[in-house]
Amino acid sequence: MASLERVKVLVLGDSGVGKSSLVHLLCHNQVLGNPSWTVGCSVDVRVHDYKEGTPAEKTYYIELWDVGGSVGNASSIKSTRAVFYNSVNGVILVHDCTNKKSSQNLYRWSLEALNKDSSPTGVIVTNGDYDREQFADNPIPLLVIGTKLDQIHETKRNEVLTRTAFLAEDFNAEEINLDCTNPRYLAAGSSNAVKLSRFFDKVIERRYFSRDGNQLPGFADRKRFGASGTLKILHYD
Amino acid sequence: MFSSQVLFFGFGWLFFMRQLFKDYEVNFQVLQSQLEVAIFHMTNVQNDSRYFHWKLNLYITLVALIFIVPFYIGYFVVSNIRLLQRKRFLFACVIWLAFMYFFWKLGDPFPILSPKHGILSIEQLISRVGVIGVTLMALLSGFGAVNCPYTYMSYFLRNVTDSDILALERRLLQTMDMIVSKKKRIAMTRRMMYQRGEVQNKPAGFWGMIKNLSLIQQEVDALEELSRQLFLETVDLHATKERIEYSKTFQGKYFNFLGYFFSIYCVWKIFMATINIVFDRVGKTDPVTRGIEITVNYLGIQFDVKFWSQHISFILVGIIIVTSIRGLLITLTKFFYAISSNKSSNVIVLVLAQIMGMYFVSSVLLMRMSMPLEYRTIVTEVLGELQFNFYHRWFDVIFLVSALSSIVFLYLAHKQAPEKHMSF
Repeated sequence: MASLERVKVLVLGDSGVGKSSLVHLLCHNQVLGNPSWTVGCSVDVRVHDYKEGTPAEKTYYIELWDVGGSVGNASSIKSTRAVFYNSVNGVILVHDCTNKKSSQNLYRWSLEALNKDSSPTGVIVTNGDYDREQFADNPIPLLVIGTKLDQIHETKRNEVLTRTAFLAEDFNAEEINLDCTNPRYLAAGSSNAVKLSRFFDKVIERRYFSRDGNQLPGFADRKRFGASGTLKILHYD
Repeated sequence: MFSSQVLFFGFGWLFFMRQLFKDYEVNFQVLQSQLEVAIFHMTNVQNDSRYFHWKLNLYITLVALIFIVPFYIGYFVVSNIRLLQRKRFLFACVIWLAFMYFFWKLGDPFPILSPKHGILSIEQLISRVGVIGVTLMALLSGFGAVNCPYTYMSYFLRNVTDSDILALERRLLQTMDMIVSKKKRIAMTRRMMYQRGEVQNKPAGFWGMIKNLSLIQQEVDALEELSRQLFLETVDLHATKERIEYSKTFQGKYFNFLGYFFSIYCVWKIFMATINIVFDRVGKTDPVTRGIEITVNYLGIQFDVKFWSQHISFILVGIIIVTSIRGLLITLTKFFYAISSNKSSNVIVLVLAQIMGMYFVSSVLLMRMSMPLEYRTIVTEVLGELQFNFYHRWFDVIFLVSALSSIVFLYLAHKQAPEKHMSF
């Protein structure tokens, strides 16, 4: 497997939201039997059929890198985590529907992963506030997934879903809400499965098929083009 | 003036607790009530109203400690176990009763029972809580007395260069790449098996593939374990590098100096504990007062010994305990990942609250020794007749044991670490 063929997607989120269960579900179509504490980063591979059902169908192996939330927020942990953020092609942001703080922390997570100019102590070099416009131009596709949907009582469901919809809009991303212990949510043909498939297609497309089939420079190469602090990105026609 | 200084200490403690529990969504009620108690503990009890307040707060703390918090702990532990979800209230009561039983039995081997008092008198409760609290405090102080100089003094810092870190990071990424390629092979093989399974072709190749898969899976497991180790080592190196940088700043040097100062104090405490046990005596005066008296007599300065010694000894003991708790927590979180998942964080915080509460109550007992003579009578008055000497002896023994074992522990940990990094 040549390294040129790699498609790397990060899975980020607070500790305990269910990233490992989610990754296991996405890669093996099975529920994870014994979820345990993730130390460092765990990788898994999903087999994805790009443009399924069309003549241009091709099989890709998408690497899902499940990073983070493990040992705390010390700056040494952040510096170590930064090692995994190189040449990322897509990001899945995971939050817990029952825990508002995990949704709010997603802003921090996305900035940490996408803005590699930030110093390891967590002080973001941008103006410090979250800026929606940065994400409008972002070449890296994002997907927001809310877990533990089954633990939300019926009456509160609408309120939670509205909140998560706003969240996804802020990131200019699609959103999926599910329960990682129930494969039914991602059953073939369901709207969630379609969204997921579309997301992965977008990732692969951005990775391989842009501007006459040349490879798009990875996000880390952005620094070479003089970006310093803000997320000004190449605009291609 | 004394109370203002005490309030300052109290606020410092409050701030510290907030920092510690920043990421937990937990109700702070119990903790805050304990903080109030801490503040009132150290307040001068000259006024009658304050005396009354102090007694009231003591009662409240005891009630919280003995009834509320263990019940909550039992409740949360039970609700984590899925089987018992339905009847968790009932099971929580059962656990609480068991706790009360053991709590009572705990008092028997110790010489604290006196026929003059009834069953639920405050002396009984305090004595039992005191025993546990004193043990905990001694353990923490022992650990802190050793850990505090170890952390603050830069003498112990290992030398870490940037190239060390880069090399380790490269190894980590290489390991991750190997894991990825093996998983891709597994996925590819599985897919082929699935497709072939439909066609039912060549069953012999099928078995070969299964054997191949399990072999690769084992390799993947080993590699994942390795990646975790490498990750932790990298984190360690980053942390050490930051500490080295910090020690070069002005603040770092200041803490380094404090570290030397504290280490002398800690060594003195260990020494005194040994002497107390060996020569079978109970300390009449606290070391700080003695030290200041000696200094004052030597230098001949006009100095209000009693006034300052109380402040200083409080602050010193407080800082040592705070450092020890923080150091202990950090060490615990390093080694026990399985404990602090999202579900059991509530349990952990409550256990901590319990420990802190017991510590605060027993600190009243032990404060007696650190206080100058006139305040001791007040404390004795409030708490009734308890065998204070026993507590001091018990504290000394546990303190010594804890200090020695943490010396051994830290020595082993320190020895082990450099060898790992020298290998490449």
